[in-house]
Amino acid sequence: MSTAVIDVNDLKTYFHTEEGVVRAVDGVSFRIEPGRTLGIVGESGSGKSVTSLSIMRLLASSAQIESGRIALLRRDLVRLPEPEMRSIRGKEISMIFQEPMTSLNPVFTVGDQVMEAILLHQKVTKAEARQRTIELFKEVGIPNPEQRVDSYPHQMSGGQKQRVMIAMALSCNPKLLIADEPTTALDVTIQAQILDILRKLRDERGMAILFITHDLGVIAEIADDVLVMYRGEEVEYGPVLEIFANPKHPYTKGLLACRPRLDTPYRLLPTVDDFMTVRVVEGRLEITEKQLDAMRLNELKTHGRGRLLHPLSELAAMGHAVAPIAPGSARGSATMPSTVDPTQRNPPAEPGATKDVQYIPEGTKPLLSVENLEVHFPVRRGLLARTVDHIRAVDGISFKVYRGQTLGLVGESGCGKTTAGRATLRLVEPTGGRVWLDGVDVASLGSADLRQMRRRMQIIFQDPYGSLNPRMTVEAAVTEPMVIQGIGAGRQDRRDRAAALLEEVGLQTVHLRRYPHEFSGGQRQRICIARAIAVEPEFLICDESVSALDVSVQAQVLNLLKRLQETRGLTYIFISHDLSVVKFMADMMAVMNAGKIIEFGPSEAIYRDPREEYTRKLISATPNDDLDHIRQVVAQRERTWVSRK
Amino acid sequence: MTSYLIRRLGIGVITLLLITFLVYGLVRNIPGTPFTSDMAQMNPSKMMSPEAVEKLNRLYGLDKPWYQAYFYWMSNVVRGDFGVSYSRNNKPVGTLILERMPATLLLSSTSLVLAYLLSVPIGLWSSARADSVSERSVSTLLYMLYSLPAFVAALYLQLLFYVKLDWLPLYGMTSDDYATLSTSGKAWDLLKHATLPVICFTYGSLAFYSRFIRANMQEVLRQDYIRTARAKGVAPRTIIWKHAFRNTLIPFVTLVGLSLPGLFSGAVILEQIFSWPGMGRLYFESIGQRDYNVIMGLTLMFSMLTLAGQLLADILYAVVDPRVTYN
Repeated sequence: MSTAVIDVNDLKTYFHTEEGVVRAVDGVSFRIEPGRTLGIVGESGSGKSVTSLSIMRLLASSAQIESGRIALLRRDLVRLPEPEMRSIRGKEISMIFQEPMTSLNPVFTVGDQVMEAILLHQKVTKAEARQRTIELFKEVGIPNPEQRVDSYPHQMSGGQKQRVMIAMALSCNPKLLIADEPTTALDVTIQAQILDILRKLRDERGMAILFITHDLGVIAEIADDVLVMYRGEEVEYGPVLEIFANPKHPYTKGLLACRPRLDTPYRLLPTVDDFMTVRVVEGRLEITEKQLDAMRLNELKTHGRGRLLHPLSELAAMGHAVAPIAPGSARGSATMPSTVDPTQRNPPAEPGATKDVQYIPEGTKPLLSVENLEVHFPVRRGLLARTVDHIRAVDGISFKVYRGQTLGLVGESGCGKTTAGRATLRLVEPTGGRVWLDGVDVASLGSADLRQMRRRMQIIFQDPYGSLNPRMTVEAAVTEPMVIQGIGAGRQDRRDRAAALLEEVGLQTVHLRRYPHEFSGGQRQRICIARAIAVEPEFLICDESVSALDVSVQAQVLNLLKRLQETRGLTYIFISHDLSVVKFMADMMAVMNAGKIIEFGPSEAIYRDPREEYTRKLISATPNDDLDHIRQVVAQRERTWVSRK
Repeated sequence: MTSYLIRRLGIGVITLLLITFLVYGLVRNIPGTPFTSDMAQMNPSKMMSPEAVEKLNRLYGLDKPWYQAYFYWMSNVVRGDFGVSYSRNNKPVGTLILERMPATLLLSSTSLVLAYLLSVPIGLWSSARADSVSERSVSTLLYMLYSLPAFVAALYLQLLFYVKLDWLPLYGMTSDDYATLSTSGKAWDLLKHATLPVICFTYGSLAFYSRFIRANMQEVLRQDYIRTARAKGVAPRTIIWKHAFRNTLIPFVTLVGLSLPGLFSGAVILEQIFSWPGMGRLYFESIGQRDYNVIMGLTLMFSMLTLAGQLLADILYAVVDPRVTYN
């Protein structure tokens, strides 16, 4: 009766720590049939990875499968002796991981590592295994497979390494492939390619995939069924269309709503907290649904300003002339171009009106003006280490940012966006070009003047774990920039200011005495924001500041940044690889590729009508969880499914 | 690679010049000269007259300022002339060092090989058995050994094996009747004499290396690629030997170069304690006798070996780590 490849029944995996038992996975059940894909979606700590490691029996020694059944083709894995389990790993079930950069052993060639898996599980000679590896490399789309088998991991890009991982995982024709966030560390265009390969191989081989991700967009692209996990519990399980079209659990609703989709109607993002309240009662979660009332919904859609674009003359010069959008278009924006004083941001008169655009008045001086900025890193070779070439990380970019605006800088890894941001602040010395902040040439400043200037411009980094000194209390971290800039009269005053800042970013005064490790990622990023605004800057660079956060936390931090921009009149450069986040945040958008800005304009216009091939590629590669799109994909799947049978 | 080697050798030569220059300056500024230090201590009546000292100083070029004398010394060295020993009947320094070298090499190379051969299995074993009772006791023991100075251990070992048990000789490299022994008898005699010094030489670095390997293995075993290997179905033993150890080897080989200076400084003290007729003891005695040429010859040799060891470590680094290339 059961044709399922894997049948998991009421799985409970607990960690036994010194602080007590952590129920990492608490009663999860699912089954996957051959050729089907189950997507497990959840945020960090939801237990999705522990679920997959339980199936593989690769859990850390502190974790234990307490109860439940994991059946691989009706064979119970939970009680299987370790040597037998080893013959299943890599053969019947194989796995690919999130970090292709670190998942391959650096001292062996990629070919050797794939061959090892083949030689372990199949009775073939070394030469045959090598031949098989070359074929697999061809299958997963690695160019020049005959040469590439002898490459070391560091000689390949992240996307190539993930292909090697896939080749390794598929080398023994597994019945089940577990893919644990396989595309999270990759650029969107590479992600799209990897998803294509996985889909193709799944359909050709009829293998089952367990796809784990935090990204609902990716789930929509690949999964047939979806299982939503929240703090170790299974909160919703059903066909993909059902989950997206008709989510039943408040957590699923929240998760779906809090993503800044490319066509989001929101100005502030709803968060999971808008949909539910969680209480822990005797160690069990108790979730109560909240209705997102009309008032709140309206607030989210209308609160704050609309887009604040460059002066009309400049837009025209860029070729983005007045209101290129038909009024009332579905994703639309401008109705009538109106010249409004940017300092005077009135809420729209009419509730529900989301489509307003303001323009910077003609003749306004930009707050920041970057002209032909260049950062070239020398490549040195030979006996005397002469410079033989340059890496043009940033190769002559120019843009303007007006007071109160947000400029989005979007591009894939290595495009130079981070270097551009740092060079703007002179955290990296530019090798050419000018940066004017309010009429002052930042590049010409001596160190004392530069320190003065730092007060006006600050930066928030990507990694909230690495960018706070673990030995400094929150108070020390937030007050240090004040001390450097001579803000505040004495210690007590600075402490009071720090307390006020913490409240402003949504933390509490009691947090002042704590150390960074006591906070979650989202809270740490709030601390970093408080630290950045401690010197009351006018201008903030957010360098991938939400990329390391869970979607629901990301929504909160994005909302916070938007709110701070309003209350403090801040100007942002928002750097990200994530087009939808940039589009949500930015008024104007610059698309970077290979050190150059290839497209610059209002973010709505660029999204709606990209002119460059590269931008188009970026947009089409962004995972789409449009209901129509999902319907299409599902219908297509059903057709192939029927024809296979 | 070639240009990297040339650059490294160039830097090495400059470093050597700097080291010898500084040491020469230091040594020459220690109070006393080869002609005044020794005899006066033994017998005041044998003290030389100032005129005689003056004459000798002129004869050996010691009347010149030390930096000038350094250049004389250096230019002779370039020509392959290391000068003569003042306190050992004008014996050429080169000959003297060559005579003493085998004794030191016997100790240091034996202990180096022993330390490496033993520490790898101990380190791997303890990382495979991490946190078991037997592993913890071995680790604790190694840690205690690591903190015990070799010269202290030497005294206790002498007390135990010579005074109490009378199994091993107290000091020296050979017995008095060494010349009369058969070949196997000579080897046995040498072995008995070398046992205690080799133990003292080895145990500290053995403890250090195996702890180093264990710590690195623990780090490597946490890496993602180990998880990948486990997910492939690789057996635990293969994971330790093949996947983890190759990566631990990378920091380990750099230790080779860094451990050489320690061996020589250890030789100075231990050879003195065991009256072992090697270069360390020669160094020690020459400093007491202000035998400038011998001190400088040994300094030059030790520094060259140290630099060569570091270069070797860097080259080995590129051999074991495919990510490292020199160009």
